[in-house]
Amino acid sequence: MTKLLPSRRAMMAGAVAAAPFLAGKAFADTAPITLLNVSYDPTRELYKDINTAFAAYWKGKTGQVLDIKQSHGGSGKQARAVIDGLQADVVTLALAGDIDEISERAKLLPANWQSRLPNNSTPYTSTIVFLVRKGNPKAIRDWADLVKPGVGVITPNPKTSGGARWAYLAAFAYGSKQGGAAGGKDYITKLFKNVPVLGAGARDATTTFAQRNIGDVLLSWENEAFLTIDEFGPNFEIVYPSSSILAEPPVALLDKNVDRHKTRTVATGYLNFLYSPAAQELIGKHHYRPRNPAAAAKYASGLKNIPMVTIDQAFGGWKKATATHFAEGALFDQIYKPA
Amino acid sequence: MTAQAILASPTKARRRPWVQHSILPGFGLSLGITLAYLGVIVVLPLVALAIRPWELGPAGVFHALAAPRVLAALKLSFGLSALAALLNAPLGVLLAWTLTRYQFPGRRILDALVDLPFALPTAVAGIALTAIYAPNGALGALAAKVGIKTAYSPLGIFIALVFIGLPFVVRSLQPVLQELDHEVEEAATTLGANSLQRAVRVILPALGPSLISGISLAFARAVGEYGSVVFIAGNLPGKTEIAPLLIVIKLESYDYAGAAAVGLAMVAISFGSLVAINGLQLMLARRGRA
Repeated sequence: MTKLLPSRRAMMAGAVAAAPFLAGKAFADTAPITLLNVSYDPTRELYKDINTAFAAYWKGKTGQVLDIKQSHGGSGKQARAVIDGLQADVVTLALAGDIDEISERAKLLPANWQSRLPNNSTPYTSTIVFLVRKGNPKAIRDWADLVKPGVGVITPNPKTSGGARWAYLAAFAYGSKQGGAAGGKDYITKLFKNVPVLGAGARDATTTFAQRNIGDVLLSWENEAFLTIDEFGPNFEIVYPSSSILAEPPVALLDKNVDRHKTRTVATGYLNFLYSPAAQELIGKHHYRPRNPAAAAKYASGLKNIPMVTIDQAFGGWKKATATHFAEGALFDQIYKPA
Repeated sequence: MTAQAILASPTKARRRPWVQHSILPGFGLSLGITLAYLGVIVVLPLVALAIRPWELGPAGVFHALAAPRVLAALKLSFGLSALAALLNAPLGVLLAWTLTRYQFPGRRILDALVDLPFALPTAVAGIALTAIYAPNGALGALAAKVGIKTAYSPLGIFIALVFIGLPFVVRSLQPVLQELDHEVEEAATTLGANSLQRAVRVILPALGPSLISGISLAFARAVGEYGSVVFIAGNLPGKTEIAPLLIVIKLESYDYAGAAAVGLAMVAISFGSLVAINGLQLMLARRGRA
């Protein structure tokens, strides 16, 4: 836990340092407008930077002072919090399925939300890679190596973590390439036999792997893998498998909430800002894959190009994938049926 | 005050024969507040919980509860909680005994330490325990050398439950031990009892009821413990997934009714065990009095 804390502590320190400054400005103008961005687990550092950049941009453009709050946790958990009444203005979650649930259950935004912003409302993409220990002692090169006996695989619980759902689907796609749906099921059954600890969220799993020294390989968001390397340096190595999945974490405005808070203009501005060159640059800097070609080109050298399946092609969209794999009693639950 | 006035009040009370008359005033008001408070704080949320699962229908509730994963989680939670409470019983007696019967330097500090698991935020306890018992932690590495897996196994959960349960046993026993008259033990000695007889036939019976209530408190707390356990358990369905975690997971997959069904089952089992423990306590108390 301790090694991951400095970044958070730095964040707190930054917030504390910025507070008098912001408060001073607030007195000069009007009271700051509060915006709450409810996001998934590994985006803490990214949105901390984006929020600072957007607040400066918005101040210059409109003179309004912003107080942008961010909340992080497993994607499913965050979606449920919003459904249960957490007053988010915008959600930036790990997968479209979770925002669909918010639309369906709490009716906070229309069902066609994903068509309201460019690129399926996903300002950046990412993928799932392997993080292994230094020197790769178990010689893990591809998906096939993960199901070998004696290999410990760390991944969060796909029931609660968006990243884990992408990882699960990437694994399933690999398995079904070998032998259709049965091959996919067979592969993930073997894979989860090698999982000794199921964390609730991506950060949780990273801590288990990096701090507690459990397991030989972490199925990780690409950006989280790079962040771990940044934090722990040479103790870990990133391995790109032969194929993975194109993860598209979407963003959306919660219409009912922004109308209640009278924040529609600034919330819309915030989401549009994510597509701006400045934000795309930050996205690339934090090891996500920007949509903006210039930013993508600038950071392309660090990120390897591998074949990626998409959720729509390989699984027929989130609705179908959830019903087949993650619903109560569906494929994931069947893995854990006692034989 | 005349004799008639004194006699008058019992006749008044006879109108409500189930109420034992008390000479203290304010019964109606205090009972009213008690009922209203318990109703709002305890009964109302439980009723809400009890109503929720039935949207699945009786068959649906049965189906939700009969799932092997749910049964395994309930068995794990209640089984390990009982074991942890039982381990805390003898050790709790020993600790309470040492802390009340002997005077030694540092006694007060030790006494304060007992409360620590109680006062610590559960997540902090979880992180601390995991850091120690993980395979790269101090104790975890030792255990791993002899081939015992502590963190991320049922044993890890057990350790966490023992940790959080300890203060309940010790704190239930201490006041009783303090009140226990030395004269009684001295009398037993003069009557020829040896130290074992004194412990088993004089002290233990006096401690019985409070020991049982301490055990039941530790048990009840352990059953509901979430914060410290999720860190140290591996959270694998069917193996190291506790019932409270299963509830959280069900909620996060939007299965509100299923989560409530597991919750209701936990309440029912907990309530049943507490009633049984209370019955045992009553029995012991009666025997002690006879």
